[in-house]
Amino acid sequence: MSLSSGTDGSIRVDLQIIADMIEPKSRVLDIGCGDGALLAYLSSNKQVDGRGLELSMEGVNRCVRNGLSVVQGDADQDLKDYPAGAFDYAVLSQTLQATHRPKEVLEHLGRIGRRTIVSFPNFGFWRVRLGLLLRGRMVATGPTHEPWYDTPNIHRCTIRDFVDLCREVDLVIERGIVLDSTGRTAPFSAISCAANLLGEQALFLLKSR
Amino acid sequence: MCALKATHVPATVLPGHQVTLGVHEPLRLDCGAELAEFPVAFQTYGKLNEEKSNAILVCHALTGDQFMAEPHPITAKPGWWDLVVGPGKSLDTERYHVICANVLGGCMGTVGPKEIDPATGKHYGVKFPVITIADMVGAQKLLIDHLGIEQLLLVTGGSMGAMQALEWAVQYPEKVFAAAPIAGAARHSAQNIAFHEVGRQAIMADPDWHGGDYQSHNVIPKRGLSVARMAAHITYMSETALHRKFGRNLQDRDQLTYGFEADFQVESYLRHQGSTFVERFDANSYLYITRAMDYFDLAKEFGGSLIAAFANTPVRFCLTSFSSDWLFPTSESRELVRALNAAAANASFVEVTTDKGHDGFLLDEPAFFDVFSGFLNGCAEHRGL
Repeated sequence: MSLSSGTDGSIRVDLQIIADMIEPKSRVLDIGCGDGALLAYLSSNKQVDGRGLELSMEGVNRCVRNGLSVVQGDADQDLKDYPAGAFDYAVLSQTLQATHRPKEVLEHLGRIGRRTIVSFPNFGFWRVRLGLLLRGRMVATGPTHEPWYDTPNIHRCTIRDFVDLCREVDLVIERGIVLDSTGRTAPFSAISCAANLLGEQALFLLKSR
Repeated sequence: MCALKATHVPATVLPGHQVTLGVHEPLRLDCGAELAEFPVAFQTYGKLNEEKSNAILVCHALTGDQFMAEPHPITAKPGWWDLVVGPGKSLDTERYHVICANVLGGCMGTVGPKEIDPATGKHYGVKFPVITIADMVGAQKLLIDHLGIEQLLLVTGGSMGAMQALEWAVQYPEKVFAAAPIAGAARHSAQNIAFHEVGRQAIMADPDWHGGDYQSHNVIPKRGLSVARMAAHITYMSETALHRKFGRNLQDRDQLTYGFEADFQVESYLRHQGSTFVERFDANSYLYITRAMDYFDLAKEFGGSLIAAFANTPVRFCLTSFSSDWLFPTSESRELVRALNAAAANASFVEVTTDKGHDGFLLDEPAFFDVFSGFLNGCAEHRGL
């Protein structure tokens, strides 16, 4: 598991962007919370009442060891148990593409959280397109650059695909941000082709209709 | 319904403390009987702070007792939770005041079937009222009140101890800041009831049981109790662990004897487990306590809904299961977690990957210790300790 927080209390750029979107003292469910970097940051900097769901024992151990409330489980199986509107924010960071049923997962997020924050790698990114076009090979994406047979990313989508899915499950896009490979961010308009081409990662703040 | 009044076992017999509870008001049991002026034996480790806010209650399992972190007064073996309770350990006795009481129906100083029934002057035997997990917790609640503790920082325990921790959290949520049920379940499964029934039948089939009145005959149903222990012991381990420990190795011999002696190490081990158990445990207590576990069903008084049992709970939960535990499998803990999530409760859950089976909570499992201490640290921080 890669560490997503520094020793100085800083967190990964995409997590920082998510943290900035979250109102202080709100209730947050972080699905696929990993080592709990976001939850820990939110709890100490924004007095957030946070909960997590994480698949790996190592991840859950690290979270609980740090005093976070995290349940071992997986997004595909366990989101149905959470009641509607139980959280102000349901966060799914870098996990959607690894779920078995992304549509159902997104529907549950919209049901559980008053707002939903989703981030994912954009497979419409120019380098992915170019790799496939010129070299005829799948491009290894994500922080650890696993080859296609080893990646947990089983449902890859582009920003445009995601925008369509949001429409289908009645989630309204309130904000969109893309990140390029250097971690620079740009605001995003749903109809922009540039974002889908230039954004290596995408991050959305969604609201149930 | 007469009030049963128990006599004192002299406190000098065992180390630790003993109090008489139910003095002003008897303890009303689930079966309808009442217990008045009954002894409860308990042991404490670490100092209670001035605010009385650092108290942790550990609930012991079926055959456990209050001597969790010191040599056992009868067997001289290390305490059953020596790895967890002590200075610098998960339940750090330099920070916390850790209490463990012998359960109602037990045989280590708390009132149970082997004590004298003051109404008759004879041992209770099977005339002792049938008790439940809720009754055990009811007695512990009287003890905690007696000690002047407003709120327990943590209630924890493994197996039957987990049942008690859950019962505490549901019955007295305002008295419990956090609960950590380990290798537990919301109710006893049919399979577990079945195993308990085998144990009970073994005890009752022993002619030395004498309809439960063996104390008058100055015997103990050793064979029956020992078989019960042997059968139960198998359920505490995983097949992998049994194989790792014993395989098909022979005991002190090179070849099979073509007889019914303990040829295999595993047989010898089980026989040893059985024969040492009868020296420290009362057969009737075994009947009563296994029954209490069988009757346990947390959701029952909430119309069968676990979610309702946890509705609006202020308690912080941390559940742990062990991957190779087939007596209280992970699925049982998950059912609790699902209900806690549905009740939007503050809950953590981890399945520890191990081949040690149900006994995992008693053994050296660093992954478990990490989670357990981490959770407790978080709770202590929230309580400003």
